[in-house]
Amino acid sequence: VTDSVTYVYGIMRNPDPNVVEGLEGITGSQVRLVRSGELAVIVSSVDAEEFGEEALRKNLEDLQWLERIARGHNQVVAGLAARASVAPLGLATIYFNDDRVRATLAEQADVFVEVLDRISGRAEWGVKAYADLNNPALQAKPATDLEDQETPGAAYLRELRERRESRVNAEQMALELAGEVHAELAALAHASRVHPPQNRQLAAYEGLMVLNCSYLVDDTAADEFASAVRSAADKRPALKVELTGPWPPYSFAVLPDEEQR
Amino acid sequence: VTLANPNRTARAPDSTREVREIALVDLLDRLLAGGVVVTGDVTISLAGVDLVRISLRAIISSIQEGSLDIHGSERGEDG
Repeated sequence: VTDSVTYVYGIMRNPDPNVVEGLEGITGSQVRLVRSGELAVIVSSVDAEEFGEEALRKNLEDLQWLERIARGHNQVVAGLAARASVAPLGLATIYFNDDRVRATLAEQADVFVEVLDRISGRAEWGVKAYADLNNPALQAKPATDLEDQETPGAAYLRELRERRESRVNAEQMALELAGEVHAELAALAHASRVHPPQNRQLAAYEGLMVLNCSYLVDDTAADEFASAVRSAADKRPALKVELTGPWPPYSFAVLPDEEQR
Repeated sequence: VTLANPNRTARAPDSTREVREIALVDLLDRLLAGGVVVTGDVTISLAGVDLVRISLRAIISSIQEGSLDIHGSERGEDG
């Protein structure tokens, strides 16, 4: 028999015993509940060697492994979130056994309840906005009409300067537009969180990513939020706006003292 | 303006197919910097920054080696 350890996906309040039905854990093992009081942690067993400290460090450097675990983790959490509110955990939280999970659950019950209160009946929506800085809509001033009287050298220098300035202006303008979009959407959300712009190569996008935010939105207001995104985008044709979701509320299942991360 | 919503049909994201449509990078934004953080028994500085840095470095270097296959870039090509 291989040694196993306990991998944790999320925390729920008074879940129905069959909330885990049909869900497959990250390495194919069964997903189950570990209860303490009104709370339950959703876990599955994983191989102790593969998820041991040393192996884990190496495995997380392996993109294929990371992707498999990240998608597997999300599949379980999203499956749960479709059935009831769940406070998702970050990737790769591992305990030696179920008893250790139970002990942590009892120890930090207050905090988990607080997180569950905040996210219950709500989902996370992601909004990204991109700007093409060469878009004429972001060019503030029309071209001047001095070309005829300039020497070629002066014209060249002026053009260089204008190109530089217009790039700075375009970026400024795009960021302002993104700020307006964010303000409109944040007004409809319980909370919002700013993510850093994504790595261009990794995310394979064109232009400048001027917005990468998450919003915590009531399930009942999901449609309203989606149309607000659409209308915010329509009003600002210089931006390309993208909506993802609903996500389990990963970005808002943080403990109060780490909110500023 | 393209308003892409890769998960438009993912209201009840039970099926593998729908989950696969999520872009890995969007998922990592959330899984590496979000979620409840508790100190597990096996811990490798999961409380944030180190893991993010380590993993993203790995991702970026694998891109540079040309071995990355990003799934689910469902977004529209044109603005």
